[in-house]
Amino acid sequence: MAHTSEIASDGNVAPGARVGLFVTCLVDLFRPSVGFAAVKLLEDAGCRVEVPVQSCCGQPAYNSGDRADTKAIALQVMRSFVGCDYVVAPSGSCAGMMRIHYPELFADEPGFLPDVQRFSERVYELVSFLSDVLGVERVIARYDGTAAYHDACSGLRELGVREQPRKLLRGVAGLALKELPGADVCCGFGGTFCVKYPDISERMVSDKIADVMATGADTLLAGDLGCLLNMAGRASRAGRKLRVRHVAEVLADMAQTTPPIGAAAEVR
Amino acid sequence: MQATSHAFKENARHALGDPNLQAALGILKRDFAGRRGAAVARLPEFEALRDQGRAIKDHVLENLDFYLERFEAKVSELGGQVHWCANAEEARAVVLAICRGAGARTVTKGKSMISEEIGLNEHLAANGIEPVETDLGEYIIQLRHETPSHIIAPAIHLVKEQVAETFRDAHRHLDPARPLAEPRALCDEARAHMRPRFLAADVGITGANFLIAETGSSIIVTNEGNGDLTQNLTRVHIVLASLEKIVPTLEDASTLLRLLARSATGQEFSTYTTVSSGPRRSEDTDGPEAYHVILLDNGRSNMLGTEFQDILRCIRCGACFNHCPVYGAVGGHAYGWVYGGPMGSVLTPQLVGIQEAGNLPNASTFCGRCESVCPMKIPLPKMMRHWREREFERHLAPGRYRAGLALWAFAVKRPALYRAASALAASVLGRAGRARGRFRALPLAQGWTKGRDLPAPEGKSFMTLWAEREKQRKAS
Amino acid sequence: MTDAREQILGNLRRSLKRTTSEGPETEAARTRLAEHRPNLIPARAASLDPEGRIALFIEMAREVAATVDRIAGMDAVPGAVADYLAQHNLPSELVATPDPALEAIPWHERPTLAIRKGIVEPSDGVGITACFAGIAETGTLMLLSGPESPTRNNFLPDTHIVVLRADQVIPTYEEGWMRLRTMKTLQTGHFTMPRTVNFITGPSRTADIELKIELGAHGPRRLHILVVDDEPAPA
Repeated sequence: MAHTSEIASDGNVAPGARVGLFVTCLVDLFRPSVGFAAVKLLEDAGCRVEVPVQSCCGQPAYNSGDRADTKAIALQVMRSFVGCDYVVAPSGSCAGMMRIHYPELFADEPGFLPDVQRFSERVYELVSFLSDVLGVERVIARYDGTAAYHDACSGLRELGVREQPRKLLRGVAGLALKELPGADVCCGFGGTFCVKYPDISERMVSDKIADVMATGADTLLAGDLGCLLNMAGRASRAGRKLRVRHVAEVLADMAQTTPPIGAAAEVR
Repeated sequence: MQATSHAFKENARHALGDPNLQAALGILKRDFAGRRGAAVARLPEFEALRDQGRAIKDHVLENLDFYLERFEAKVSELGGQVHWCANAEEARAVVLAICRGAGARTVTKGKSMISEEIGLNEHLAANGIEPVETDLGEYIIQLRHETPSHIIAPAIHLVKEQVAETFRDAHRHLDPARPLAEPRALCDEARAHMRPRFLAADVGITGANFLIAETGSSIIVTNEGNGDLTQNLTRVHIVLASLEKIVPTLEDASTLLRLLARSATGQEFSTYTTVSSGPRRSEDTDGPEAYHVILLDNGRSNMLGTEFQDILRCIRCGACFNHCPVYGAVGGHAYGWVYGGPMGSVLTPQLVGIQEAGNLPNASTFCGRCESVCPMKIPLPKMMRHWREREFERHLAPGRYRAGLALWAFAVKRPALYRAASALAASVLGRAGRARGRFRALPLAQGWTKGRDLPAPEGKSFMTLWAEREKQRKAS
Repeated sequence: MTDAREQILGNLRRSLKRTTSEGPETEAARTRLAEHRPNLIPARAASLDPEGRIALFIEMAREVAATVDRIAGMDAVPGAVADYLAQHNLPSELVATPDPALEAIPWHERPTLAIRKGIVEPSDGVGITACFAGIAETGTLMLLSGPESPTRNNFLPDTHIVVLRADQVIPTYEEGWMRLRTMKTLQTGHFTMPRTVNFITGPSRTADIELKIELGAHGPRRLHILVVDDEPAPA
């Protein structure tokens, strides 16, 4: 199979590493293209991708204060992904949940904790996995447009995902990357927040879209589908001409195979 | 102060529609965050100092009884007096008694959030003693009969036109046609107005950013100098402080002071940092004759040893307010009590109860920006989550919400069922939304679709497509 | 308030799982108080030599809208003050604290300056004081209250002029505390704080209205610092 990524010679992962793809419930329901873009990027970088039985990482229960259900879901996830060398999710939010919060969930359960830690340290967000673990320096992809990149909060603050997507995007032919002022300000999605406090969420996402439009970009990219659905939904309601995509779609050179988020089928 | 936190949603809606407030918040969002960032960039050791600050406060909390007792002993040695107050009512009573004992008619006040917390001004006024707020922001809101909307910039919710209007209404002895369009004129007018009040006051009340156990001192930090004029010109100086304000030594205070101004306003150091220790000495020619420190508990000792202990590290810098997108959207009054923003969302439920203040820890996206700028590295989102856990245990969330969550959890714990449900939803919604690519309205989703379109699913779930791909791959 | 005291301490001790604060668990705290060690000291000022510290102090003080004049000796103070007041169209009247550090100033050399020594009155527009130290790290003055340096002289006048000797410029607040402890211990055999220690960084200001910084809120509008070289510390 054709490799479309260039891997730095000091990539410290054995070829054919078994990567369990945690596709995330939003990608599964709303936009499988993102999942397939992730698969392509991982396979091009030499990984063997598996998709174990999965449903959700448990974050909605966790953030609603339901620790018991969250633990049950977490154990289920960990059992399902046993045997994978890595667990990779195209989402900083889900990866953060599994990498940072699973150990916190079981902090007072010494019986479970070592296994949880062994699981969590294998969990990565997609773009930082490609860049930091696989050593991918460049992808071979083309995208004609000017893009602003939004830093999804969990990826940024829990996992340090910031430079990696920007670095890879700068190598995409035809793409001009504009720095977004306030890129690190929350878009207002916040999982259940956007439906519990819709007025405030709406204000936050309106501010975000205004900031994006002010850059002159025609494209908005991010690494989390929750943020993207929120921002795309606001942009189209406000009548803004903005192409919204998951960063994986652009990096995997798959932008031409599917319309932007929220656009009708014939729009490219 | 009576809490309206239960009405947070209504408060927030009102705030979102208030053009003056939104203009003022726009200025905050534009200016405050950048100032802190610039100050932090200038001090390479800032990150290391955050760790040290956290360590100092954690050490204090582990030894809180010891340091408070040492502080008390030192204050007594200096000829001052420490008053332990378990709650707001006791604190009000003690302050009133001191003021009455001094024959006070007017009392000048430096900015003190503890004063707000215990409702001191109303109590003094009801007992014939006039409290005079001297901090410019506090003075403005005193005239407007409002409460502070930010812990360090109390009037930040106002635009200058509103302040001018307030001054015109209040300072009727001045020429009504005088120009008041610019902050310069407003500042000069406040200065001229306040000077005689400083000189006439009988008692001066300040807060305390820190108390120092080693020396029996209290520290206030201001830019205006009002706190100094308050505490130095009167016969009696009363310090209002909650238990956790204590730090061990002058050196420890210096470390925390390096974090405070930079985090709060982006200044290297506040204009006036003042360390006061007891009443005047016998040989001094100015200074108060009496020094009283109110040590207020009001719920702090109950937090020690709990999952909320870390909020006791807070040094009241306000950085979390300045960087919070929710605070930036609705301002401080929406939170409905003394402490708003992220730190208020953790502290307020403790002080007024989770039933009253439940909205506060729920109205967060857990973006984590607050924690990332907190000089004391307080895990604010984590503690908000703990409040949600308490609510969940006590069944305090709305029934509809709990039911939805239970249904969702039921499906998620059964992956085969979940996969089928997801495939069905993807198919139904995908088909319905294919033509336009999005929904303008959707039953059960009004919260979302009121202000946003909902992008349509692609039509098949990933798991379905993956299974198809794998089947094809095996066949070939 | 004994009841409240016992209640609060009892509550704290219950959470801390002990019955007294005098036991071995608080040994670290006792040591911390006794040793009062500095924590991390930023390199910014600490790494400089005396001339570098003075330069940094002046730069940082000017940054916060203090004005600074560096002069050759106490003899030059009257001239510098007269020039400053003339420059700002201020009357040539000052109140000076009865501070021994200001004793050597030959005011008579500028007879147009009217100096009164003592505690400030509300009508005094300009006040001149000495200080305990100037902290280079942030351009901060450290002043102590005392019978010869009433605190209100730092706050009531519209214009505050401070005489800072070059040998008083120190790198950090920690150095200031060390000097204060040493001085007090030498004077009295033990360390007791003065009633007030003021750290002053520039003139009074507020940003309470629309975050716009305005000088001269309630304290002095103007802070003028005279950095005086080549003076030995007074005996």
